[in-house]
Amino acid sequence: MDYQFLWRPVFQSLPQMLEAALITLEVSVISMLLGTFIGLFICFFRASNFWFLRFFAGTWIELARNTPALFQLFFFKFGMGAIGIIIDSYFVVLIALSFNTAGYMAENFRGGFNAIPPTQLRAARSLGMSFFQSQLHVIVPQVMRIIYHPMTNQFIWVILISSLGMLVGLRELTGETQFLYSKTFRAFEFFAATAVIYYIIAKIALGIMSFIGWRLFKGPQ
Amino acid sequence: MATSVQVFSDLQASDLLFLGEAALKTLEISIVAISVGTIFGVIFGWMLNAGNMAVRMVVNGFLDVFRSVPLIIQLILFDSFIAIAGYPLPAFWSGTIILSIYTSSLVAQVARSGIDAVPLTTRRASRSLGMTYWQDMRYIVWPIGLRAVLPSWVGVALSVLKDSALVSVIGYIELLKASQILITRTAETFTVLAIAGLFYFALSYPIAKASSYIEKRWQQ
Repeated sequence: MDYQFLWRPVFQSLPQMLEAALITLEVSVISMLLGTFIGLFICFFRASNFWFLRFFAGTWIELARNTPALFQLFFFKFGMGAIGIIIDSYFVVLIALSFNTAGYMAENFRGGFNAIPPTQLRAARSLGMSFFQSQLHVIVPQVMRIIYHPMTNQFIWVILISSLGMLVGLRELTGETQFLYSKTFRAFEFFAATAVIYYIIAKIALGIMSFIGWRLFKGPQ
Repeated sequence: MATSVQVFSDLQASDLLFLGEAALKTLEISIVAISVGTIFGVIFGWMLNAGNMAVRMVVNGFLDVFRSVPLIIQLILFDSFIAIAGYPLPAFWSGTIILSIYTSSLVAQVARSGIDAVPLTTRRASRSLGMTYWQDMRYIVWPIGLRAVLPSWVGVALSVLKDSALVSVIGYIELLKASQILITRTAETFTVLAIAGLFYFALSYPIAKASSYIEKRWQQ
């Protein structure tokens, strides 16, 4: 093996990479929150009485779950660009990841709602709560507990998949690495450092999510 | 000047065939990766279930890396590493190797929870009927565990099918890469991407529906 590993350029550009890692985190957190919020509505739409809302929700879920995330990114970037809707790379990643997350979260929510006995809703209603009050105070908190674990997985997945931002021109962690690599052609060294950073981010995110889960759901199951 | 150079050529019927062939390539790399990854994943899952503390920690730590680093980085790293080591592989093979390891890291969790789903009393009962460890595994744990985790396994398989789109980054021409090539030639971005999306949907949706149908039937 004649290759000389050269780590100095990596260490020199570490601050830049860590700054880019913040963009990765920012994009992931925002699209996770947006996706969860939209996913909840889509889940309600799917059980709606209006056929159009049901159709809309069903199409969203099936499209989000049955096409690759990379395809979705390309669609919002290049497909939309081709019909005249030009979106900034940052928002492309946000929109595509939120779209994807909403589809998966809607299915998670459906499973969570199905696990709550319907008598709970009736009990809350007979105590005088309105439909939204009983959802907000009785049903959704229980659903959150059920779907918290899949939600954590989805969040880690969003962090990892935001690396595809590189391919639509966003300078998040992977995109920045690609840029630095193109200046030095040290692919292995740069991407190895990036892999380590992603691993650490994933572990920290997992730790934070477990901590929040422990704070929110402690007490009797 | 009256005449203009035609830069882009129109979309033709043969282009649909081109995309169809690329969809087959997506299917090919996915099937190979899912098969190899499942075999190794089940072995890893068994090690996670039956191994002692040291084995569990090593296996889990190893597989955890592949679940915590983006697939695209794994692909680029592996591709550049084998080039450095002096054994460059065709994109298909380096893609297959990484996709298989990635699949096995996901299947290992599924397999472990499948084995865990079989009650210990059931397994003790089979052992006390005189079955060997492997007979117990084959005739008791496998059928019960498979029913418990088949939907999750299909979920893993579908996500690998979709993640195989990332192999285009190291130069394998599968469905998404082929659509990019077509876009470069025809500039019909929206149409070509929509067709590629339909192909992915056609590959993934029937499997997802079949899986939920089987799941429902088994629950009855």
